[in-house]
Amino acid sequence: MAMQFYTSPEQIMRDRAEFARKNISRGRNVVVVSCADGVLLVAENVSSALHKVYELYDRIGFAAVGKYNEFENLRTAGVRMADLRGYSYDRRDVNAASLAKAYAQTLGAIFSEQTKPFEVEICVAGVGAGPQEDELYRLTFDGSINDEPGYLAMGGDADQLKEVLADGHDFEAPLADAFALALRALSSSGGNGTPRELTKEVLEVAVLERARPGRAFRRIEGLALDALLATPAAEPEAEPAADEAAETDES
Amino acid sequence: MTGQEFPGKLPNAFMTAGTSSFSEFLMQVAPEMLPGRRPLPPGDFAAVSAHATTIVALRTAEGVVMAGDRRATMGNYISSRDIEKVFPADGYSLVGIAGTAGLGIELVKLYQLELEHYEKIEGAPLTLNGKANRLATMLRGNLGIALQGLAVVPLFAGFDVDAASLEEAGKIYSFDVVGGIYAERDFDSIGSGSMFAKSSLKKRYRRDIGTEEAVKIAVESLYDAADDDSATGGPDPTRDLYPVVMTATAEGSKRIEEAVVADVARSVIAARTENPYG
Repeated sequence: MAMQFYTSPEQIMRDRAEFARKNISRGRNVVVVSCADGVLLVAENVSSALHKVYELYDRIGFAAVGKYNEFENLRTAGVRMADLRGYSYDRRDVNAASLAKAYAQTLGAIFSEQTKPFEVEICVAGVGAGPQEDELYRLTFDGSINDEPGYLAMGGDADQLKEVLADGHDFEAPLADAFALALRALSSSGGNGTPRELTKEVLEVAVLERARPGRAFRRIEGLALDALLATPAAEPEAEPAADEAAETDES
Repeated sequence: MTGQEFPGKLPNAFMTAGTSSFSEFLMQVAPEMLPGRRPLPPGDFAAVSAHATTIVALRTAEGVVMAGDRRATMGNYISSRDIEKVFPADGYSLVGIAGTAGLGIELVKLYQLELEHYEKIEGAPLTLNGKANRLATMLRGNLGIALQGLAVVPLFAGFDVDAASLEEAGKIYSFDVVGGIYAERDFDSIGSGSMFAKSSLKKRYRRDIGTEEAVKIAVESLYDAADDDSATGGPDPTRDLYPVVMTATAEGSKRIEEAVVADVARSVIAARTENPYG
């Protein structure tokens, strides 16, 4: 009979967490910002076909970093869960909190029961009647659920991005300002202190529009993205803020 | 390993890759929610439920127009004067139902979700032909209950965004209870008053008519259906109830405003007051 070596539960969990964290930290970043016009989701994504930002339901969006097949699996499950609930009860009975909780339980179960945890970090975002009522949940690979009102960042440099977002976030800002902030945050990382230039080829942008009835999710692509990208250049204060963020990171 | 072994985790059916269909997913997790999967005792149940009646659809130069009367009946009894039987299936297509009203409305709700679900999972909508075929597949699941008197027959029409030219973009599909699917060239009608509505359309319809003209002859055909079929409701100015009329064009599917339909219906009534045989 094969000899079973004893490994303490602490060691197993630590190893799994380290494994997941290491792989997630290699991923590019995603930023979700709540603003006056809705909830803005911006991802740095080189692929135009494999998305990182998706629609779950009428007022609910999904963003993820990490391993594509794993978060795609979770996304599909979320769409099915939302549609099943909306079909059994009413469309208004589908909310971001219950989806986030189901994700948390699923991720938690996978983390503790399976040999390999999911190498993902996901966000469930719900747009409310006003910016203060928006719901942003960040879920990590072990099933931890974080309620982060206003803004959140995921990926390798999340902490650094969050500092930039904390600095410039305003619930009452219009969409263009929120986009400028998200762009500033995303470009603050990975450039060794100097902000990187992010072109529309590497950006995936979507918004949950507060004012739009029914399905609020809209992708901002092509000319609409060009227009949005042109806005921050017109704002002189965008540049110094990015420099500041880079400096604080170095210190 | 099955999902049920871990408390709290979503069941495996939620996490399985491969299907983009909501009704196939329902079949796995909650088959009792599919109308065709409910066991019925032997017998004919046509009398237990309200019946939805006449729907017409016609092709226009810009796309399609679909209209439905507002009556539902149970035998001699008028069970509803204001039921709505024409719905947008998604952004570019329309669906109308005749037959067992309750099941028909349930089928439409499931079908709308089916199209939306596919679009969300795949990131792109189905083609118009794909949508029509999907509706036929869903009908096939209802064959058992249809033979027991609870038949639902839909009419599907839409604007094909992939069409080679605008003239070919408007498409109409009719179905039968076994799930047969038939592409219609110009116009079609379903429900108890369909014979009369079709006869009316036969005399009035011209190819390449505009939407406005199509709305007029659609409302008039429903007037003719109501004239000869007791289960079809005519325009009702005393209660301000008029047919539901929708269009699917390059601009998408939308309902024609009730005030506009009311004007059309009143002019039809006025014309028929002058000349009862149109």
